[in-house]
Amino acid sequence: MKRFLHHLVASRAGLFGAICVVLFVAVSIGAPILAPKDPLKINLADRLASPTLSLSTVGNYPLGTDQIGRDILSRIISGSRVTLIVAATAVLLGGAMGISLGLVAGYFGGWIERIIMRLADLQLSIPLLLFALIVIAVLGPSLVNLVIVLALTGWTRFARITRGEVLSLREREFVLSAKGAGAGHLRILFRHILPNVLTAAIVVATLELARVVILESALSFLGLGVQPPNASWGRMLADGREYVATAWWLSTFPGVAIVLIVLGVNLLGDWMRDFFDPKLSGVR
Amino acid sequence: MSRYVLFRLGEALISVWGLLTIIFVAARLTGDPALLMLPIGSTEAQLAEFRHQMGFDRPLWEQYVTFLINAVQGDFGESLLHQRPAMEVVLERFPATLQLALTALVMGAVIGLVTGFVAALKRGTILELLAMTLALLGQATPIFWLGVVLILVFAVQLGWLPAGGYGTLAHLVLPAITLALFISASIARLLRSSMIEILKENYIRTAFAKGLIIRRIHMHHTARNALIPVVTMLGILAGELLSGAVVAETIYSWPGVGSLIILAVQSKDFPVVQAGVAIISLNFILINLVVDLTYGLLDPRIRIER
Repeated sequence: MKRFLHHLVASRAGLFGAICVVLFVAVSIGAPILAPKDPLKINLADRLASPTLSLSTVGNYPLGTDQIGRDILSRIISGSRVTLIVAATAVLLGGAMGISLGLVAGYFGGWIERIIMRLADLQLSIPLLLFALIVIAVLGPSLVNLVIVLALTGWTRFARITRGEVLSLREREFVLSAKGAGAGHLRILFRHILPNVLTAAIVVATLELARVVILESALSFLGLGVQPPNASWGRMLADGREYVATAWWLSTFPGVAIVLIVLGVNLLGDWMRDFFDPKLSGVR
Repeated sequence: MSRYVLFRLGEALISVWGLLTIIFVAARLTGDPALLMLPIGSTEAQLAEFRHQMGFDRPLWEQYVTFLINAVQGDFGESLLHQRPAMEVVLERFPATLQLALTALVMGAVIGLVTGFVAALKRGTILELLAMTLALLGQATPIFWLGVVLILVFAVQLGWLPAGGYGTLAHLVLPAITLALFISASIARLLRSSMIEILKENYIRTAFAKGLIIRRIHMHHTARNALIPVVTMLGILAGELLSGAVVAETIYSWPGVGSLIILAVQSKDFPVVQAGVAIISLNFILINLVVDLTYGLLDPRIRIER
């Protein structure tokens, strides 16, 4: 752990990424306390107020207000929570699915492996956004469906990496000796192989997180993700598009938020990949 | 070689079959496609008639086979909104998407290759730092935000270009740049890292030791080999390009397949969604097939491995 932190501080890019990610998580956990105003409170008198930095008055909006007078800073803060919950759940679900399938495929081999890997290939024959679109078109847009779709688009990468790792672990001495000692398949998979796969899986999860945040905000932007009145960065951006000529702050700040998070997660992920396992550099 | 071609062709055919199966399964996710396709508030009798008419009351395997046979012929049913074959509606929009995607691909490749090349050769300079910071930012910038920002700057503030629409070359510029910048970031990063790897190789050192002209070394030895991973990535890029086109078309009201799909999703015109996704994904499969075949030509090792 100490070595980990030491290396992290030494790498400026990795450190910047880590700071972005920690800030993001902290802000989304503390969202209700941190948000200066109620993110859902409509105030038509103050609609489309431009950003001000004065510290005094009641009508003080550091990042301005939107078309119905909601405070943009508060909405970005509250939107971070939605983004984090959706992205984290989707990556966890997709990860669990992908890792289990990858474990089974790599460990048992044979026809079961062929079927699983074939499925992964097949799914990749549809571009992810379109896959998400066709599922949302049927299930209808909602938070739960959004998470399901994002998880479904993400499992393949986990499955591939896990399978690759398992293939090399399967014949290692500690696995063979566990087998010789009479351990069952489940015990070997979960006690001996899974812990050794997790490092690679964590690296994939970080990089997946960035992808999921972008896909989530893209779907919300298209009106197919997080539904109003909940604040979502993608949705805020879409709403602000109509006012781009008169009120640039509506669509600019949510975009900055997305870029910072994705950049941070990417930098942290790249750094973690190099730190833990340089041979994974083909992951993306 | 012909075995490899056959193998790859077979693989592409399986992908197409898988694609159609996913589309079929997706349509039955809710259990009753009739509810999905008919407007809300339709009577039970209307629903029953529609089910019978569409064959939804048949056994599932029979529906599946019928769907496959129809789909292979390009028949995804009637568009509920346009009252004509869904595929016809989609194909009308296809040239616009193709025009946008191809322009973006060429622009993106040029920008990405130049940036990556410069960054790799000017290591440790401010130029590399600048190029790579831009590339990192480019990868983190969602395409829809880039689109909105470009509209804000070039259409609203400067008034140089139209904010959306279709027709003249000026309409093409912003959507194409949006997509191009997005893919050029990945190209630049990949080319830079593969160039740096190759510059460490012995044959490059030998070339330098022989006293070859530096430009010649870079053109003939470094760049040529560094391009191989970029070519492989074209398949992945095609996916990003096609997905990105869906978003870019929506932002710039570009009348392509992408904006059509989004509209169809919103108006529950399911046959058009199916036909649109099928056409775009089919292109994706085709591009990947072509990339793999050319790649096999470029690098004999690939063929032997198979």
